[in-house]
Amino acid sequence: MITGEAAPKGRKGEFLTFYVGDQEFCMDIMLVREIRSWTSVTMLPHAPVDVLGVMNLRGDIVPIVDLSARLGLGPCERRARNVIIIAMISEQVVGLLVTAVVDIVNVAPEEIQPMPKISCAEASDFIGGIISSKDHTLRVLSTDALGATMSATIRALA
Amino acid sequence: MSSLSEIRQLFFVECEEQLEELTDGLDALQDAVSDGEQDPETVNTIFRAVHSIKGGAASFSLDAITRFAHVFETILDEVRGGQQELTSELMREFYAASDYLAELVSLGAAGDEPDAAALEGQIERIGALSTGEDDGEADLSDAFVPVSLDFGFGDPAGDDAVQSDGFSIRFVPSRALYANGHEPLHLFRELETLGTLSVEALLDEGADATDDPETPRLSWSLTLETACDEEPIREIFEFAEPHAEITIDPLPAAAPAFDLSAFEAPSDDDEGFAPPAFPIPSEGEAPEAGSDVLPFPADAAAPDAPASDAPAPDAPAPEPDPDAAEEKKPGAKAAAAKATVRVNLDIVDDLINIVGELLITQSVVTQAVQEAGLQNGTRLATSLEEFRSLTRHIQEGVMAIRAQSVKPLFQRMGRIVRETAQIAGKNVRFVTEGEDTEVDRTVIERLVDPLTHILRNAIDHGLETSETRVAAGKDPQGTVTLSAAHRSGRVVIEVADNGGGINREKVLASAISKGLVAENAVLGPAEIDRLLFTPGFSTASAVTSLSGRGVGMDVVNSEIKRLGGRVSILSTPGEGSTISISLPLTLAVMDGMVVDVAGETLVVPISAIAETIRPKAAQLHRIDRTAQMLNLRNVVIPIIDLGQVFGYSTESAIERDGVLLLLEDDQGTQRALAVDRIHEQRQVVIKSLESNYGHVDCVAAATILGDGRIALIVDIDEITHRGAPASSASASGPDTKGVSA
Repeated sequence: MITGEAAPKGRKGEFLTFYVGDQEFCMDIMLVREIRSWTSVTMLPHAPVDVLGVMNLRGDIVPIVDLSARLGLGPCERRARNVIIIAMISEQVVGLLVTAVVDIVNVAPEEIQPMPKISCAEASDFIGGIISSKDHTLRVLSTDALGATMSATIRALA
Repeated sequence: MSSLSEIRQLFFVECEEQLEELTDGLDALQDAVSDGEQDPETVNTIFRAVHSIKGGAASFSLDAITRFAHVFETILDEVRGGQQELTSELMREFYAASDYLAELVSLGAAGDEPDAAALEGQIERIGALSTGEDDGEADLSDAFVPVSLDFGFGDPAGDDAVQSDGFSIRFVPSRALYANGHEPLHLFRELETLGTLSVEALLDEGADATDDPETPRLSWSLTLETACDEEPIREIFEFAEPHAEITIDPLPAAAPAFDLSAFEAPSDDDEGFAPPAFPIPSEGEAPEAGSDVLPFPADAAAPDAPASDAPAPDAPAPEPDPDAAEEKKPGAKAAAAKATVRVNLDIVDDLINIVGELLITQSVVTQAVQEAGLQNGTRLATSLEEFRSLTRHIQEGVMAIRAQSVKPLFQRMGRIVRETAQIAGKNVRFVTEGEDTEVDRTVIERLVDPLTHILRNAIDHGLETSETRVAAGKDPQGTVTLSAAHRSGRVVIEVADNGGGINREKVLASAISKGLVAENAVLGPAEIDRLLFTPGFSTASAVTSLSGRGVGMDVVNSEIKRLGGRVSILSTPGEGSTISISLPLTLAVMDGMVVDVAGETLVVPISAIAETIRPKAAQLHRIDRTAQMLNLRNVVIPIIDLGQVFGYSTESAIERDGVLLLLEDDQGTQRALAVDRIHEQRQVVIKSLESNYGHVDCVAAATILGDGRIALIVDIDEITHRGAPASSASASGPDTKGVSA
């Protein structure tokens, strides 16, 4: 399920756009449960660098992932505007720490172009497609790839 | 009355109870057969259980169950009547029949039809045991087709004016009746479900002054006003009949029209038709005729049909009555022992979740009160203490609702053992211990698969064939023992066989050939035993239908771990193996010690903590740069520093003036856990880390503290075994070994 293709053809899907570092990404808003401001988390021992810890989301234990570190862009710089996007990734509830949330955009599925297979950057593994509009390009985060690599890392550590 | 489907549901629940009783009875009988003594009541119990299932099944037109139960019942009846000798051969057939009956019931519950050929085969097989001329089928029609018995006083379905309105019964018990545990009162209550009953006790004035106090002196004269015919009454006395003198005479239809009877029937009507020898001087009876009120409302479960709407023009078909009435008997017995309520499981689960939230809220309140700086002894603080104690009671109560005895699970395993033994061609005695041990039902449900695997393994791999056993000087019959017990806040379930023990050479060779272990590896016995839990391992030379696909023990291990438990093997060559499963009592809440480790809050399960120690410098011994030992009462105990294990800190908590928690596990292994500070002891609600994240080394789960923060719960088992290098474990004994996997 690549995020952009979830919406039926012709109907515009809504995408949440956000900054990770200074780069702009977006994800299908249907996967977003809520957006929370940063609170302190409980550290997990032996966790991968990009897993910051766990937080209490109304009685549920939710791991918080530093998306910047996960995408290979280095650890997220802590700022007041940092937020956590609580998302459903491969049937698990995960919090993604991002630099800032920007906007919600309407995009028709046909506007999403497949990711060209040229880049070898780490981040490109997590990009499900590209939306290009007049002045800038948006990368659609592939939550499936994100979830798959995350559980693989956790398994490797366990 | 509830809808038919609900009644049907209830029937299947009752079937489960009957099957349980049946298995119990068979077990008792099995013991009796081996001891050479038998109690006729045991056979009766078994018979009643099968009979009740048959009766219920017939009312729901579950033909397969009805037919099979009938042939089963026939042969049981022959045993009961002494026409058949109980042999161990017969016992095996009984077990097989009871297993098949259980299968039919579960098929019936699922709404499925059994395989017709298999059913016929089973009926044939059981039927063949019968020595009587009864071929089953004829009797079946006899028992379950409505029978209109003509007693010579008119067509039962005909004019109500000539309908019999009851029976006069004389009941003179013999000594054997009481000796066999019958209770006349129960019989009378049964009778009451058929109509309006009046009972008169007659004291034997004959006073032949026998010195024997056990000879009954009481007899009864009963008048039953009912629309039923004699058959159901006979059924009620079925088991008492051999031990009592029972005369049943119809009361001639004297005052038929029911409304009128109440006013017109004079008491001498009753007297007039009662047997002359036993006059019933019950003046008050007549007005009660036609009354709908049953004097024993507790019997509300009784079928409505036979209530005393006796002279209704359409006499109720007598068909369901005998069995319906019969069915109550064991049920009533169980109710007397333990009154129970059936509750939808969802309601209980919701309740558990709410209690979990209640505990969290309580700790939030407690923390807020503490932060407000209130003195102890203020009204608020006292009430809060009370509140806390009540919460605890509620929580324990809710947990008790969910707790279930492991008995049904064990009985289910008994079926698996018999089935496996048959396929593997081994002679197995199955012994269960501690069946009354109570465990959270979610735990029980998830134990089915692991236990099935372990038992199959124990029979298929563990036990030798009879010939090998005899050659080794052992009883040709192998024994598999399944036991459950509460041990230090956990439930320990053990499967022990008295087979050949683990063949370590074969295990090692097999592991090497499968590439699981390097060819030149030197492994201690414990490590070899542990190989059984390695994924992809199997020693069976040939893959059988039972085991040998190499997906046994590692699945067991991971499933038990998921339940928060651990599996260990103890094996002695030539004497057998024991596999122990240690499980938490519940999966929802536990008692924990909240501790501070290098600025992080952690929870250590109380059940593992033996004592807390503030060590003196003289007690501490440095082994190398990082490892320290504690000398406690001349026992040297390794110290595990939680902060270092979790990577919170590089220096030991002891250097920060920390505290030691002395841990002791089932095998008596002692470890000291170094932490900075102990906060408090409290109940914590267990929250899974794995649902949204995954397994974290040395962390069992997480919980939410009073301030809403998450604290991790330390996995004591993992942490102690992580601290113990494999070499030190294998040094403790060459053959017998506890391995925690």
